Amino acid sequence: MTLTNNEVATSVEMITLTIDGFEVAVPKGTLIIRAAEMLGIQVPRFCDHPLLDPVGACRQCLVDVEINGRAFPKPQASCTMPVENGMVVKTQLTSPVAAKAQQGVMELLLINHPLDCPVCDKGGECPLQNQAMSTGRGESRFTGVKRTFPKPINISSQVLLDRERCVLCARCTRFSDQISGDPFITLNERGALQQVGIYEKEPFESYFSGNTIQICPVGALTGAAYRFRSRPFDLVSTPSVCEHCASGCALRTDVRRGVVLRRLAGDDAEVNEEWNCDKGRWAFQYATSKNRLTTPLVRVDGRLVPTSWPDALATAAAMLEGKRSAVLTGGRLTVEDAYAYQKFARTVLGTNDIDFRARSASEEERAFLGQIAGTSTSNADIDAAGHVVLVAFEPEEESPIVFLRLRRNVLSHNLTVSTVAPFRSAGSKKLNATVIKGDEIAALSGVQLDAHSVILVGERAARTPGLYSAVLEASKKSGAKVGWVPRRAGERGALEAGALGNLLPGGRPVSDPSARVDLASAWDSSTLPAEIGRTSDEIIMAASEGTLISLVVAGVDIDDLPVDARAALQKAFVVSFEIRESSVTEFADVVFPVAAVVEKSGTFVNWEGRARSFDRVLDDVSKFSDARVLSMLAKEMNRPLGFGGTASAGKELHALGPWDGARVSAPTAGPKSVDQGGNAQLISWRMLLDLGSLQEDEPHLAGTARKAIARISAGTAQKYGISSAIKISGEAGVITLPVEITEMQDDLVWVPENSIDSQIRTLGKSGRVTIGAAS
Amino acid sequence: MKDEALLAHMDSIIARYPKSRSAIMPLLHLVQASEGFVTPEGVELVAKKLDLATAEVAAVATFYSQYKRRPVGDYHVGVCTNTLCAVMGGDAIFAGLKDHLGIGNDERTSDGKVSLEHIECNAACDYAPVIMVNWEFFDNQTVESAKELVDQLRSGNPPAPTRGPNTLPTWKENSAVLAGISDGRAHEGVQAGPATLAGLEIAHERGES
Amino acid sequence: MTALMPVLSKHWDEVDSFTMAGYQRNGGYEGLKKALAMEPDAVITAVKDSGLRGRGGAGFPTGMKWSFIPQGDGKPHYLVVNADESEPGTCKDTPLLLANPHSLVEGMIIASYAIRANHAFIYIRGEITHVIRRMQQAVDDAYAAGYLGKNINGQGFDLDLIVHVGAGAYICGEETALLDSLEGFRGQPRLRPPFPAIAGLYACPTVVNNVESIASVPAIFAHGVEWFQSIGTEKSKGFTLYSLSGHVTRPGQYEAPLGITLRELLDMSGGVRAGHTIKFWTPGGSSTPIFTAEHLDVPLDYEGVGAAGSMLGTKALQIFDETTCVVRAVLRWTEFYKHESCGKCTPCREGTWWLVQILKDLENGVGKAEDLEKLLDLCDNILGRSFCALGDGATSPITSSIQYFREEYLAHLSAGKCPFDPVASTLFVGARA
Repeated sequence: MTLTNNEVATSVEMITLTIDGFEVAVPKGTLIIRAAEMLGIQVPRFCDHPLLDPVGACRQCLVDVEINGRAFPKPQASCTMPVENGMVVKTQLTSPVAAKAQQGVMELLLINHPLDCPVCDKGGECPLQNQAMSTGRGESRFTGVKRTFPKPINISSQVLLDRERCVLCARCTRFSDQISGDPFITLNERGALQQVGIYEKEPFESYFSGNTIQICPVGALTGAAYRFRSRPFDLVSTPSVCEHCASGCALRTDVRRGVVLRRLAGDDAEVNEEWNCDKGRWAFQYATSKNRLTTPLVRVDGRLVPTSWPDALATAAAMLEGKRSAVLTGGRLTVEDAYAYQKFARTVLGTNDIDFRARSASEEERAFLGQIAGTSTSNADIDAAGHVVLVAFEPEEESPIVFLRLRRNVLSHNLTVSTVAPFRSAGSKKLNATVIKGDEIAALSGVQLDAHSVILVGERAARTPGLYSAVLEASKKSGAKVGWVPRRAGERGALEAGALGNLLPGGRPVSDPSARVDLASAWDSSTLPAEIGRTSDEIIMAASEGTLISLVVAGVDIDDLPVDARAALQKAFVVSFEIRESSVTEFADVVFPVAAVVEKSGTFVNWEGRARSFDRVLDDVSKFSDARVLSMLAKEMNRPLGFGGTASAGKELHALGPWDGARVSAPTAGPKSVDQGGNAQLISWRMLLDLGSLQEDEPHLAGTARKAIARISAGTAQKYGISSAIKISGEAGVITLPVEITEMQDDLVWVPENSIDSQIRTLGKSGRVTIGAAS
Repeated sequence: MKDEALLAHMDSIIARYPKSRSAIMPLLHLVQASEGFVTPEGVELVAKKLDLATAEVAAVATFYSQYKRRPVGDYHVGVCTNTLCAVMGGDAIFAGLKDHLGIGNDERTSDGKVSLEHIECNAACDYAPVIMVNWEFFDNQTVESAKELVDQLRSGNPPAPTRGPNTLPTWKENSAVLAGISDGRAHEGVQAGPATLAGLEIAHERGES
Repeated sequence: MTALMPVLSKHWDEVDSFTMAGYQRNGGYEGLKKALAMEPDAVITAVKDSGLRGRGGAGFPTGMKWSFIPQGDGKPHYLVVNADESEPGTCKDTPLLLANPHSLVEGMIIASYAIRANHAFIYIRGEITHVIRRMQQAVDDAYAAGYLGKNINGQGFDLDLIVHVGAGAYICGEETALLDSLEGFRGQPRLRPPFPAIAGLYACPTVVNNVESIASVPAIFAHGVEWFQSIGTEKSKGFTLYSLSGHVTRPGQYEAPLGITLRELLDMSGGVRAGHTIKFWTPGGSSTPIFTAEHLDVPLDYEGVGAAGSMLGTKALQIFDETTCVVRAVLRWTEFYKHESCGKCTPCREGTWWLVQILKDLENGVGKAEDLEKLLDLCDNILGRSFCALGDGATSPITSSIQYFREEYLAHLSAGKCPFDPVASTLFVGARA
């Protein structure tokens, strides 16, 4: 949770120039248009974007330039020309020539632009509209015939294109080419007929397509979800942080009269620059869907019925008081809420049985995480790296902004990326990554690493016994830094908060008496439980055996747990904290409704260990954060937590500080998989856009998800006579999918983990499956 | 489009270039040699061959006016109507051909033999007015000669180009030449037309050569 | 009185002029042998000293362009010849390549040797199939003769020459658009800097030269630098092809020292067509401001034409007599620029769209007198505001024609239609549009 200061103290050559009579010194390489910005002089522009390569296409930013007394004979595009010493720039403010040039270009941009501002989504926040006011003429001299196109056309289920409004600045096409690497929208035709378009059979299905809407300087690109929903001046904007993954993007959430209408990427050069992914932009309806919980529920005669807070608290307290209990928190909590859960477990329930990992998890991973807590491998390390090795991690699917950063570095300064993966994924291809197939541990040991390397390991490493250990070993040998990139937004925060059986807050080992004493004194608590807590699968096992009597469960999808938990939840008393009815509330005895992200303040800790704090977007006093409900419940049980909500919980965690004592012991490899039977090994990961519960009620977004296919090698296809479709049978069910022959090892089959037509939980929990041709 | 010879040609074209993407234009000419125009299947095949998004290939295909989006005739007739040719008779020729063939610009006769297009300057201004058939020169045209020309094209007796091979190749045959596949006919036809030699002849006459 | 001087065109009247045998019979590839015997830098110096300037329009000194290629940089170097001849009125490279493609091949080998390029490309427009056949055959024959490929002439120099065929886009005559096109992209101009000499084809140092410039190189080595320097005018050295077209008795290619005048060319070639007088003409294609009868004695070299308010350009002398409506001529050229605008920048893309609409109204006599001022103001907003020279070129015929023929524009408005009979300007009698 420490922030490193990424500013490197290198000496930057400064260039001094004069703009509109003011002298300014800027770093060498700065473009005139940006030097002008530093003086507060706004030169109008459309194609210019600080994160895209200069193109000089729209010609709106023409200024007069003179170098050492020699004037350019014609005005120059200030978005393409770097500053020079002794340069004298005259913008529209001081040069009549520049002013007329800009007015001339503006007039030309408008001759073919429709006058539909009153019905255009962009109206009110439109650079063309604004700059037409500042730079345009009052009345048009154009009396001819405007160019028309059929409008609008869907270029994906989410993005609509109005070619009449387009000013052909090519920001969208350049973004797709230069940033996301998805050149599915291009400029087509030429001259006055030039237009943005897709190839008809290849929609604009990029995980980053929403950014093109955000940077479109006119209303040419609009999003289906927001189209015609609001006027910009009716919106209240709040800076926020994305809850979808561990990248930790800064966002801006726009609300009209208590309803979130859209989200935009926020600016944060150190994290997401000015980009985000489509999931972060467009998946937010889940919080307002119809099965939202609004009151506490208790089970009466087998049915959950609404009740009062005092009744629910009393009922829950009775179920937990004096009973062996454990806590499953899921991976989506803020660090403050996670901190509250673990303090509740340790001081109220008297147990270390807490685990935030609602996914494949291992004992080895817990020990690995003990090495990660409190450390910081950051985006700046990726920027400085010569070689990044991906282990059990597909960044485009599992942490898309990490993917964009990697790609930027690959393109801009020849970063080399290697990936230990079963095949070359679409994302790996865009990173020019070297794919190292086969046994992951052996593959990792063969990779060339040095102190300028970074290993990014994903949570799926827990599926391969020994892999986390191998990562640490490789790092130790080479000096390479290790970054752990879990998929969910709350996992790193939960780790730092100590929502794990072997770790107290700040990475303090449960096994270390001095750490326990340190914490007990801070908490003003006599003793803390000394026994290492159970892992999530052990918790479920113990509950189904009756060793554990009660479970506190927060934001967990039952199917995400590593073992089948239905029997355990059926048997145990279950106190559930949820925003909506879920697979867990079905089994719950008491349900507490809690606030969604927009309804509370808090902090996500991203994969870097960077704190990403946010304020409440919606002022709804009826919604309580998990921390607040837990504090009420603790009070009900006469063992108050010492804080009343997220702010004070966060303060307490911060005051604890990091642990400077010994860490937990390094991990040791667990037993190898014992799965047997079948004829193929199932491998899988989640697609960015899939059936995840936070993506519910987003049909436009879902339409851009990658269609599920299975991948097998040519040899495997031949061996089992599989050509176009594959049938995959597990102990519990069958999946049938189209198959794509892929360069990969034999006797493996890859499918997406939780997509339409491909939910691997339906196959059962074994990694071994039987494959054959589908009829 | 799955023709083995075609795919082999594609590979040999790609092999000419230091970077494969450079082959996109000859490959699109080759698609026209095979299909007569740039078909969606052709765009997809080129994209696959060059490991590009189909949108990237379509973006290129729609930029250049020689790539046709729908079938043209066996004989594609281009009448130059840029200023010089137009003034000297190109406009009249184009109007005459539209009338004679009963088709408009960028259209094809119902028998599929002839299509018509007004074209920009084709670098033969000293032979104005100029018609190109399948991008072969037919110099110094008149309205009448142009009508006779298209009649011959439709009747299956195409005349030889003024400065070109001894017989007129079809659209597809010439598209293959543009793709860089030799038809062995470079030696046919004149080395130069009369206007090309005008200055040289005068120089000879004046003893200045 | 300047005399004609056939050098490039000297043997075009021999029926096998385009073959290896025909070329070698007249001393072909002798210049190459001399050049290969020199150090590459000495070759560059010789071309610099000769005073040869680009024949594609801009007139940049050829040898200086070659000298900008950084040597010893460890990157591949490329030579790209611009054979995308498409400027209206321009018709010199096409007959040159039809009649003698080997002169270009030989020049390319010398140029590649000088700049240390092992790959050279000819980007040739796609609408001239027979020229492409001849060009490809010449390249094949040069390989067979050992002038291309590995260890040329046994002197350890390797060169591959690739004929690349365009597909119909005037803008690809702009050198950076040409490079994008050659790399397999839409042919839209690139930002400069970096200039092609630093980052051209595949981001490597690249020389882009016009066909005629490179085809002129062998003669420099065959006959000597001093010989070349002795031809032409003070700053415009050498011989060049003037392409005479339009309302003249004898249109065609006229090779002469730089600096000859149109009057001289017309005098020796039979003048304007019988019974007519010259009204306006272009010195170097449609992008060069038009001239009138008062410019007949302007020396047709880079400086002379420039001083008279136009540009030498491609030396495409399009002659229009008094039967021609200048508004119609300008409208048609403007339609050409609109059709060929690549679409990248606003002034050219939108400006040419608008110019055509205004000019159409003027030609049809339905415009207003104020439209002339609007037209000129619009040209002012395009000229020097566009990304590349295409937009600039689009304004040349308009501004220059209004300068010389404002009254004729106004006459359209007072007549309510075009006052000219289009039939009168055709070359054949009885044509009806």
